[in-house]
Amino acid sequence: MSKHFFGDTAVLLGRSLRHISRSPDTIITTAITPVALMLLFVYVFGGAIKTGADNYINYLLPGIMLIAIASGIAYTAVRLFTDMKSGIFERFQSMPIARSSVLWAHVLTSLAANGLSLVIIVLVALVMGFRTSAGPLEWLAVVGILTLFTLALTWIAVIAGLSAKSVDGAGGFSYPLIFLPFISSAFVPTATMPGPVRAFAENQPVTSIVNTIQDLFAQRPVGVDIWIALAWCLGILVLAYVLAMAAYRRKIT
Amino acid sequence: MSVSASAVPAIRVRGMEKSYKSLQVLRGVDFDVAAGSIFALLGSNGAGKTTMVRILSTLLKPDGGTATVNGFGVASEPVRVRESISLTGQFAAVDEILSGRENLMLVARLRQLKDPGKVADDLLARFDLAGAGSRKVSTYSGGMRRRLDIAMSLIGEPKVIFLDEPTTGLDPEARIEVWQVVKELAKQGTTVLLTTQYLDEAEQLADWIAILHGGRIIANGTLAELKRLLPPGEVQYVEKQPTLEDIFLALVGKDDKVGSSATPVVASSVASREDRP
Repeated sequence: MSKHFFGDTAVLLGRSLRHISRSPDTIITTAITPVALMLLFVYVFGGAIKTGADNYINYLLPGIMLIAIASGIAYTAVRLFTDMKSGIFERFQSMPIARSSVLWAHVLTSLAANGLSLVIIVLVALVMGFRTSAGPLEWLAVVGILTLFTLALTWIAVIAGLSAKSVDGAGGFSYPLIFLPFISSAFVPTATMPGPVRAFAENQPVTSIVNTIQDLFAQRPVGVDIWIALAWCLGILVLAYVLAMAAYRRKIT
Repeated sequence: MSVSASAVPAIRVRGMEKSYKSLQVLRGVDFDVAAGSIFALLGSNGAGKTTMVRILSTLLKPDGGTATVNGFGVASEPVRVRESISLTGQFAAVDEILSGRENLMLVARLRQLKDPGKVADDLLARFDLAGAGSRKVSTYSGGMRRRLDIAMSLIGEPKVIFLDEPTTGLDPEARIEVWQVVKELAKQGTTVLLTTQYLDEAEQLADWIAILHGGRIIANGTLAELKRLLPPGEVQYVEKQPTLEDIFLALVGKDDKVGSSATPVVASSVASREDRP
C-alpha cells in the first residue's frame, strides 16, 4: 500500500462528496422510492398484514432501509463508470497516487450518500409513527450492521461499475438486490409463505439482517440472527472486495 | 542514481509490441526522444499512436519490447515513471462538475504540493482562465477545456509530458493557443511527446518527427531530414495566396490576449509558407 493512500483517498473523497453536494438529487431519488413504498405498505396494504407487531411501521422500517441501500449503491457503479469514460480516471491512473484510493473514495462516498438517504427515511418514518425504545448501544449496533451491509453491496457495485459496457448496465445490476427484501421477513412474516419460498426467504441474507434490526429497535434479545447477519455481510464484503480488486487490476494493467 | 539529462534520452523505446487479440497494433517500434525536445508521433487513425502513449504512461502493458521514461522502465518502475510524467489524453480529462480552479487544486493536492490554491490561481492566470476559474467546467468551451486539461498536466512540473492529439476538435484559434503552450513548455526544458494526425501541427512544433505506420516507425528525423527523403523540389514561381486559415484568423482577430498572440503566428506562418520549396 502506498504511503499516500490515506491522503489520496481523502482528496478524492472530497471530490466525490462535492459532486454529491452539487447534485443532491441522487440522495433524494435514493430516498424517494423507499419512502413511497413505506407510505404504500403502511397506509394501503398494512391494514391487511398481520405481523404480530402492534405498529406495522416499526416492523417495516428495517426492510425499507435495506431497499434504500440496495438502490443507493447503484449510483456508485454509475459514478465509477462515468469517471472511466470521461478520461479523468486515466489521468488519476497516470499520476503518482495510491491506485486503490480511486476506488475507496467512491466506496466511502457511497457510505456518506446512503447514510444521508437513511436519515431522511428515518425522519419520515418518525413522522409516520415509527417509535423505538432503543438506546445508544442498540442504535450503534443498527448503524454498524447497516454500514457493513452498505459496504458489502457497494463493493458489488464497484465490480458492476468496472465491468459495465454502458451506463444503463452499470446501474441496472441493482434491481435483483432491491427485490431481495420483498422475499424476506421485511414486509410480512416468513411463516405465511408457501414452503419453497419460505425456505428461500428464511435462508437469504436480508431476513437475518431485518430480524436483527427489528429486534434491536424493539429491544428484544437478538439471538443467533445477529451472528448470521454479520456472517452474511462480512462474507459478501470480503468476496465482493476481492473480486472488485481483481477486476480493477485487470482494468488498469 | 542521478543521470544527466543530456546523456540519456528522456524516452527510449525498443522493439515495442502490442496486440489486441488478433490485431497487431505495434510490431517492433523503436525511437528515442531527446530531453527537452518536442517529438511528434505522426500517423493515421488507428496507427497505434494512442497505444504507444498509453504504454509509455504506464496505463497499458506491452506484449514485448522495452521502454524507459526519464531513465525508468515502464514495466519495472511504473511508480517512478508516473512521478516523472503527465498525460493529456485524447479526450479532455477534466472534472465537469467541479470548477476550473477546483480541478487544478485537485491535481495539486494529489501531487502533494504545498499551496494548491496558489498553484491553481497561477495556472488560471497563465492559461487565460482567471475569469472562468470559479465556473463549472461543464460551461467551458472546447478550447477552454483543453487549456485547463493541459494546465492540469503541468502541475508538479513533470519532466515529460504526453499530449495525445492535443488539438483534435479545436477551432483554429484554440489550436494556436495550444501550440504556444507546447512551445513554451519545451523552452523551459520539458520533454514533449505529442501525437497528431495533422501534418502542419508536426511541422509547426516538432524538433523531431516519427511516422508510425503499419505498427512500425517508417520514418524518423528532423523535418529537414524527412524532406530529404524525397527528391528536391523544383523551383517554381507560386503566387502567394492567403490560406483560409490566414483569412479566418485575420477576420476574427480579437483585441484581447488571444487576438494579440494570434497575429504574429499568422505572420510567421505566412513567412514559413514562402520559405517552402
